[in-house]
Amino acid sequence: MWMTELPAFIPFFIGALLAALTRGWLRAVLMLAVPVAGGLHLLSVDGDVQLHWQFLGYTLTPYRVDRLSLLFGYLFHIAAFIAIVFSLHVRDSLQHVAGMIYAGSALGAVFAGDLLTLFVFWELLALSSVMLIWARRTPRATGAGMRYLIIQVLSGVLLLAGALLHLRTSGSLAFDYIGLQGAAAWLIFLAFGIKCAFPLLHNWLTDAYPEATPTGTVFLSAFTTKVAVYALARAFPGTEILVYIGAIMTCFPIFYAVIENDLRRVLAYSMINQIGFMVCGIGIGTALAVNGAVAHAFNDVLFKGLLFMSMGAVLHLTGRMNGSDLGGLYKSMPITTTFCIVGAASISAFPLFSGFVSKSMVMSAALLEGYPGVWLMLLFASAGVFHHAGIKIPFFAFFAHDSGIRVTEPPRNMLIAMGIAAVLCVLIGCYPTLLYQLLPFGVDYTPYDSTHVLAQLQLLFFSALAFAWLKLSGLYPPELHSTNLDAEWLYRRVLPQSWHRLIAVLRPIDTFVRRGTRRRVSEFISGMFRHHGPQGVLARTWPTGSMVLWVAMLLAVYVLFHYLQ
Amino acid sequence: MAKKTTDKTHMFDKPKNVQRVVRTLVGICVALFIADFVVHRHVLHPWEHVWGFYALYGFVACVLLVLLAKEMRKVVMRKEDYYDVDD
Repeated sequence: MWMTELPAFIPFFIGALLAALTRGWLRAVLMLAVPVAGGLHLLSVDGDVQLHWQFLGYTLTPYRVDRLSLLFGYLFHIAAFIAIVFSLHVRDSLQHVAGMIYAGSALGAVFAGDLLTLFVFWELLALSSVMLIWARRTPRATGAGMRYLIIQVLSGVLLLAGALLHLRTSGSLAFDYIGLQGAAAWLIFLAFGIKCAFPLLHNWLTDAYPEATPTGTVFLSAFTTKVAVYALARAFPGTEILVYIGAIMTCFPIFYAVIENDLRRVLAYSMINQIGFMVCGIGIGTALAVNGAVAHAFNDVLFKGLLFMSMGAVLHLTGRMNGSDLGGLYKSMPITTTFCIVGAASISAFPLFSGFVSKSMVMSAALLEGYPGVWLMLLFASAGVFHHAGIKIPFFAFFAHDSGIRVTEPPRNMLIAMGIAAVLCVLIGCYPTLLYQLLPFGVDYTPYDSTHVLAQLQLLFFSALAFAWLKLSGLYPPELHSTNLDAEWLYRRVLPQSWHRLIAVLRPIDTFVRRGTRRRVSEFISGMFRHHGPQGVLARTWPTGSMVLWVAMLLAVYVLFHYLQ
Repeated sequence: MAKKTTDKTHMFDKPKNVQRVVRTLVGICVALFIADFVVHRHVLHPWEHVWGFYALYGFVACVLLVLLAKEMRKVVMRKEDYYDVDD
């Protein structure tokens, strides 16, 4: 069991099987034991490991450990542990089993050393995670899950096509630096881009995550997008287009986040914004930028998980998730409120909280590498994220107007899970070296100097001042029950409607052609019947006598011609 | 589960406490703005030299963000069940 080459996903898949077969506290113990044992095992892995396997004449590498994959390996074990603790009170085997397979698939994907293995886990991620959405068992969740699955599977198909094309052109399936050249690379890039929620490809995230179960979203927020970030960091570091894609990703979702009412959807938009920082860092591609990107991925899983957990707790207890229906919950959920504020401070990159020590690396790298325009966009997004995730989420859920809802604190397992995440957020924020020493490249960066701290505090406090002013002067848009159109409008409304219109136009033509054809066919049949039917000329029976007469006539003509010759 | 009751007054039920929070926030902002003139900073870009750059940028960015998002509502906002019903 403790051999170094044991792939990290195997304990999770065994755990999923055991979770399916057991119930109650035994299941809880087994499920918690998996990430603990797996994490300890991963800690014992010393140096780089590669496991090779021959398949149909190709060398596959189902398990490859290096500094980059190891960091994500640690992260996913921590995230899985927290998410499992958070969901222990749930009495639903489907969610437990799907959660274990999902976490295992994420580990399988980050430790995949070849594109074929990556593809297998890529699709397993889609198939297992959709169960966490369908487990909500509402018509909306069913629809959102189906759209999510179609888009995720499409991403997998693109990855497979890209991998096979890559094999043809380069002769290798190895999952290393690919670079954006050639059709194969573009296909793979697009596959990663879908899972990474690139602009216009992002709506699966904002559509599906808010529809998942309160505990399911915590799992979802940890794995899929971070696997994609890892894949980009592995295959496309230093690809310049990523700088601009990332910058756009940081900016456009915050506008939607400000006017969105469903607080988990606000977090989903904010997630795209955070992934934008990572994508941008990967695009810049220097050691500092890539370090910043993966460090931010690490922190994002923790603070975004914490925020989704606090909102999950609110949803679990109140059954509501709209900012317009909530408010005043600090009175009955003070501990959850505190945890939410820790998550909010972390995502906003307050000094002493985790977001600060990683986001500032990407921003410094943008300036150092000569992207001042991008830097301004990132700065705008930093102020914006504080506005919509740092203030809006805690404010509308726990403060604002008193909705009159009185609940209790959530079950103890939920509080413990939030507590672990909150402690980690503060710990990494106060002792960044804990995280820095795990990063793929050597780190020569000090986040805590007077320049950084003062600049960040000014940015954040003046953002807060703006919020206070807008709110007090009544300029702040109220939370409204609404749907905001986004790129998904194309495939959820325009395409189906165009299809219906096309059908409406084609229907009369279709009817005309069918009617005409039917008339021709029936005319043909009646014509045939007239000539060949029982009364038809060609089917009439002739008396034998007349036949003999005609034969005799023919013979007479024949004889006549013979003599004339 | 969720029930509506009247209970004891909490911290932010008193407008005075809300006012205190706002005043503290303004106080901190003023202090941070002044700190710009006092603290020596190592900057990477000339814009950072501008006094109060981060403070003004943060404030203006947020106001613009909210006002633009508010305008955006006129274009993108639909009923909550927009996708659930066929028109």
